[in-house]
Amino acid sequence: MTTDVHQLDDGAWISVNDSRQVNVSDLWLLAETDFCGCEMADFLAEGFVEVGVDHPNIEARVAGQCIACGESGVTNWLTVGRVVDPDSGEFYGVVHESVHFPGKHAGDSELK
Amino acid sequence: MPTKVEGWKDELYGNEIRENLMEFAEEGWEAIPEDEHDAWFERFKWWGLYHQRSGQESYFMMRIGTPNGVIKPGQLEVIGEVARDYAQGPADNPEFGPAVCDWTTRQSIQLHWIKLEDIPEIFEKLEAVGLSTQQACGDSWRNIVGCPVAGKDKHEHVDAWPVAEELHETFKGNDDYSNLPRKWKVAITGCDEGCGQGDINDLAFEPAEKHGEVGFNVRVGGGLSRKEARLARDIDVWVPADQAADVAHGMSALFREYGDREDRFNARIKFLMDEWGPEKMRQVLQDEFVDFELETAGEDMRDKYTYNSGGQTGHNDHVGIHEQPDGKYYVGLNVLVGRMGAEDTLELAELADEYGSGEVRLTQRQNVIILDVPEEDLEDLKSEPLLEDYSPNPSPFMRGSIACTGTEYCSLSIVETKNRQVRYARWLKENVELPADHEDFHIHLSGCTASCAQPQIADVSLRGMKTRKDGEPVEALDIGLGGGLGEDPRFADWVEMRVPADEVPGAIRNLVNSFKQLRGGGETFRDFVEARDEETLADLVEPEETDYDDPYMHNTKMTWYPYAEDDDMQSSPAPTNGQGEPIESDD
Ligand code: HEM
Ligand code: SF4
Ligand SMILES: [Zn+2]
Repeated sequence: MTTDVHQLDDGAWISVNDSRQVNVSDLWLLAETDFCGCEMADFLAEGFVEVGVDHPNIEARVAGQCIACGESGVTNWLTVGRVVDPDSGEFYGVVHESVHFPGKHAGDSELK
Repeated sequence: MPTKVEGWKDELYGNEIRENLMEFAEEGWEAIPEDEHDAWFERFKWWGLYHQRSGQESYFMMRIGTPNGVIKPGQLEVIGEVARDYAQGPADNPEFGPAVCDWTTRQSIQLHWIKLEDIPEIFEKLEAVGLSTQQACGDSWRNIVGCPVAGKDKHEHVDAWPVAEELHETFKGNDDYSNLPRKWKVAITGCDEGCGQGDINDLAFEPAEKHGEVGFNVRVGGGLSRKEARLARDIDVWVPADQAADVAHGMSALFREYGDREDRFNARIKFLMDEWGPEKMRQVLQDEFVDFELETAGEDMRDKYTYNSGGQTGHNDHVGIHEQPDGKYYVGLNVLVGRMGAEDTLELAELADEYGSGEVRLTQRQNVIILDVPEEDLEDLKSEPLLEDYSPNPSPFMRGSIACTGTEYCSLSIVETKNRQVRYARWLKENVELPADHEDFHIHLSGCTASCAQPQIADVSLRGMKTRKDGEPVEALDIGLGGGLGEDPRFADWVEMRVPADEVPGAIRNLVNSFKQLRGGGETFRDFVEARDEETLADLVEPEETDYDDPYMHNTKMTWYPYAEDDDMQSSPAPTNGQGEPIESDD
C-alpha cells in the first residue's frame, strides 16, 4: 500500500491514509530556520500549505507565525511524522514540543 | 495538477451525493469505508454537513441555508424541534445547555452533534416545511444573503427579497453550477442603508438608479478569509431587477470556467479579480457569458449607507422596534453570539405566531427579527419573559458581540470563542461605559484567520492566536480597530498582537477610556481610529489583567470537548453509533 497524504479543510489537517493525524493550532519549536530572526522559532501552525512523503517521513510546509517575534510566513519542509511500514500504514506523529529542523525537500509532494 | 479535492469532485459531486449519504445513514457510521472518509466528508459538505473536529468523530455540524435569512411561518418550530431532538451531544455547553441553534453571520442556521444515522429523518422534517441543507457548504452557490428586513423596511428602494428568492430557486440544485472551484457567496441589497454587506461577498447586487428605474449595480470579488481580505470591486454594470439572474448566471459561469482549480488557496474569485482587475472582469463577462449588451453602472446610493458605518445613525443593526411600511412593526432581538437553546427557539417560534405573522428573519449580525407585529401588541410582546434574555434594547456590548464557532467544534480554530465572548460582553457591560452618543460598538471574535465572525469589519476585531505567559502557552487574541462598512468600508488595522485572552477585556476598557478622554467633540470611534496611526493606537490599547476570569486559557483544542468534565482527548466517547454509544475501535 502506498502512503496516501493530503491536507484537508483548507489546510486544517494532514490526513495520512484517510485518518486525520496532524492538526493546526499547535506550537512547534523550529531550529536553524531562516523563517525569522529568532534562534528558535516558537511557531504556531495555522495551516498546512503543502504535504508530501519522503519515505518514511511525512512532511509538510506550514503557514503560521512565530509567537516570539511575530514574523509570519510558510516554513520549509518539516517532518510531522513517520509511516515506517507502508503495509500497515501506521502513523507515528513527532512530538511537536521538541526541537525540529525544517529542511529542503519532500520527495513526493501533493500540492494542496 | 488539479487538487485531490477536485479529483473527488470529478468522481461524484452535487445532487447525486444524496443517494450515497442516505445509504450510509441507513447502514450507520461504520459503513463509510475508512479509506474513503476524506472523500466522503468533502462531498457531504455540499449537502450542508461538515464533519466536526478531532475527538468528535462521527458527529456532524449541519447547516440549513435560509436565503436572505427568511424563516417562513411554520419553519422555526421545526428548526427548534430538530435541534431539540437531534442536536444534543455527549456533553453540554455550560453557558447554553444541551441542544442549541446557531444563527450565523451569513443568515444561516447551524446545528451541532448531528449523527449520520439521523439525517434521513431530519431531512424529511426540514423538507416538509420547505427547508434544506443543500449547498449550505461546499464548492457551490452558498446561502444568499441580503437586507434582513427586505420588503418590510421604509428605507427600501427595490424589494430585494423576490430577487433573492429567484436566485435561490434558480441556483439551488442547478447542475450547471453545482461544481464550482470554491464557495460562491452572493449578496443582494435593496435599501439605501446598505445592510446586505455586499462589499464582503463574491458577487454583490446593490441598489442603483438608471433611466429613472431602480435596479442594481454589480460588484465582484469581496471576501475576508485568510489574511487576504478584499472589498468587492465595482465592475461598472447596472442591471434591472428582472435581469439580475442573467448576470448571476454569467458571473458564476465565469467563475466556474476561470477560477483556479489547481490551488484551493487561490481559488476564490477575489484572486481572479486581483489578477484581472474590474475592466477585464467586465469584458470577459460581456464577451463570453451574457448574450445582451451590459449597461454601465447607474447612480448608486452608497452615500446614504448607514449600516455598520460607525456613524451612530440609522441602521447599525436591526435590533430594536421599527415601523414597517404597512404600519405594523418588526422587533429585532439581540441573541448574544448568535446562539439560542432549542427550548428558547421553540418559544420564539410561538411568540412569532402569537404576536406577528409567524415569519422570523435572521440578520448578518447573528440576531433574530420578529415580523409583522401590530402596534397595539408591542407592549405585551416586550413583557414576555423570553425578551429578558433576548432584548430589543440591549447594552451596546451585548448587541455588538459576534463570535464564530471556535475550538468547540471547528478544526481550524486556535482559540475558544463563543463562551469567551459571552463572558467578555457581560464583563464589559458591568465595567465599561461608552460615551452616551455610542449605541453601536461592534466586537467580533474569530477563532482563526478564516474570519467567519467577520472581525475585519468591527470596531474592535479579535482573532485567535497563541502566546506564552510565564513560559506557558496560552490562548491569545490579535486586536484590530476601526473596521466597518458604509459608503467607504474599511478593514480594521491590526494594532496589538498576541494579547493573552484574559487581558483583552482590560485592553478594551483602557481603549474606551482613552477614546472618551481624547476624542474631539462628536468624534465617532471609527473616525477616531482612522485619524490616528497604528503606533498611537497600540499605545491606547494597553492589555491588562482585571477581575475578569477566563476559564479557557489552556489549549482548548487539545480537549475532545472544552467544557466536558473529563475533557481529555483520550476520554472522548467518539466515534459513536446511531444511539450515541461508543464504537469499540479495533486498534
Ligand atoms: C465544524 C467546523 C466548522 C464550523 C462549525 C464553522 C462555522 C462557520 C460559520 C458559522 C460560518 C458563517 C458562515 C455561514 O453562515 O455560511 C462559517 C464561515 C466560514 N467558514 Fe467555517 N466552520 C467550520 C469549519 C471551517 C473550516 C474547516 C474552514 C476552512 C475550510 C472554514 C472556513 C470558513 C470560511 C472561510 C467562512 C467564511 C468567512 C467569509 O469569507 O465570510 N470553516 N463557518
Ligand atoms: S473563523 Fe476559524 S475558528 Fe472560527 S468558525 Fe471559522 S474556521 Fe472555525
Ligand atoms: Zn521568531
